[in-house]
Amino acid sequence: MYGKKVRLRILFIISVLTTIILSIYIILKLLEDDVVYFKSPTEIKQSSENITKKIRVGGMVKKNSITLDNEKILFVITDFKSEINVIFAGTVPNLFQEEKGVVAEGFLEDKNLFIADKILAKHDENYMPPEVKESMEQK
Amino acid sequence: MLSIITEKTKKILISPKFRNLIFILFIIFLSVGLFEALILSPQDYLQSDSVRIMYVHVPSAWISLGIFSMIAFLSLGVIISKNKNFVLISKSLAPSGFIFNLIALVTGSIWGKPTWGTWWAWDPRITSMLVLFLFYFLYLLSWKLFEKNKAVKISSYISIIGVINVPIIKYSVDWWATLHQPSSINVLSESTIHSSMLIPLFLMTAAFALFSMLIFLMKYNVELIKVKNKGLNRI
Repeated sequence: MYGKKVRLRILFIISVLTTIILSIYIILKLLEDDVVYFKSPTEIKQSSENITKKIRVGGMVKKNSITLDNEKILFVITDFKSEINVIFAGTVPNLFQEEKGVVAEGFLEDKNLFIADKILAKHDENYMPPEVKESMEQK
Repeated sequence: MLSIITEKTKKILISPKFRNLIFILFIIFLSVGLFEALILSPQDYLQSDSVRIMYVHVPSAWISLGIFSMIAFLSLGVIISKNKNFVLISKSLAPSGFIFNLIALVTGSIWGKPTWGTWWAWDPRITSMLVLFLFYFLYLLSWKLFEKNKAVKISSYISIIGVINVPIIKYSVDWWATLHQPSSINVLSESTIHSSMLIPLFLMTAAFALFSMLIFLMKYNVELIKVKNKGLNRI
């Protein structure tokens, strides 16, 4: 049905695509630690080596964990398995709230204490009017 | 068989009547969509009014991904069967996809500042969208740079290679921990966007799709005129 040239072209395209997809897959797999935007508290606790470079930790701000102390803000990031304490001096985004997603950028003091120099609020995939949120909370 | 179909579609695509119809539909969808998005739809419980940026951001991102996939699909046809019509169609689709990609990046940045607290993050979703933008740029540039026969081949290969990035964009939020939220609208599960917010979202998507169609028709006509006037012949 198809001529020889057409079959060769199809073979060429398939080979090009396969080669590139495989290379991208290998590169992304190797760099997985750097591709992810943040690590969870559990991943930090489980890592065997001491992390000294700048990292990001993400998760939920634990309920009733935000405290203010001498212009410093202290809170706990949790992924509901492990927790990590965070100290931050500076302004937080408007959407920074308890029981909402957060990403903190900074350095690990030890496996339980994280000194942040930047706080980002993470928005989840839920969008709804305030009334709907209220009626959901009443249930 | 294929040539009859393409001749028929070509006739519809260049008829002024069809273009006017698309234009009228676009105006209707845009005005109703904007009215819904800016006035009728409610505020979000958390982000209040900045949720309205979503009605431009999400449709733009969808359209730019859709157009790139179409270009890549047509380019496969170009490479395999040397279909001249596919060449002109994919070339004419690119500008609106490029612009909507840019709009998605810019509106995302404007939304990110008040919500996340940063204009830009090297997050897998955002970075892969930037890569798509670069592929659009390369695609358009290759048409300007190379002479016609080379440009057909090079641009087609750029789009076929670039389409590998499309599933990476789509699944980036599931494969890696990202700052960008996971998708709210999935085929298999209920949307996590409230229905009152879905109406403007879909209306704006339709409006943007019609707008790209309109730009495509104009560009396609210009390309056909260029082919007719041998002096300006690019393909």
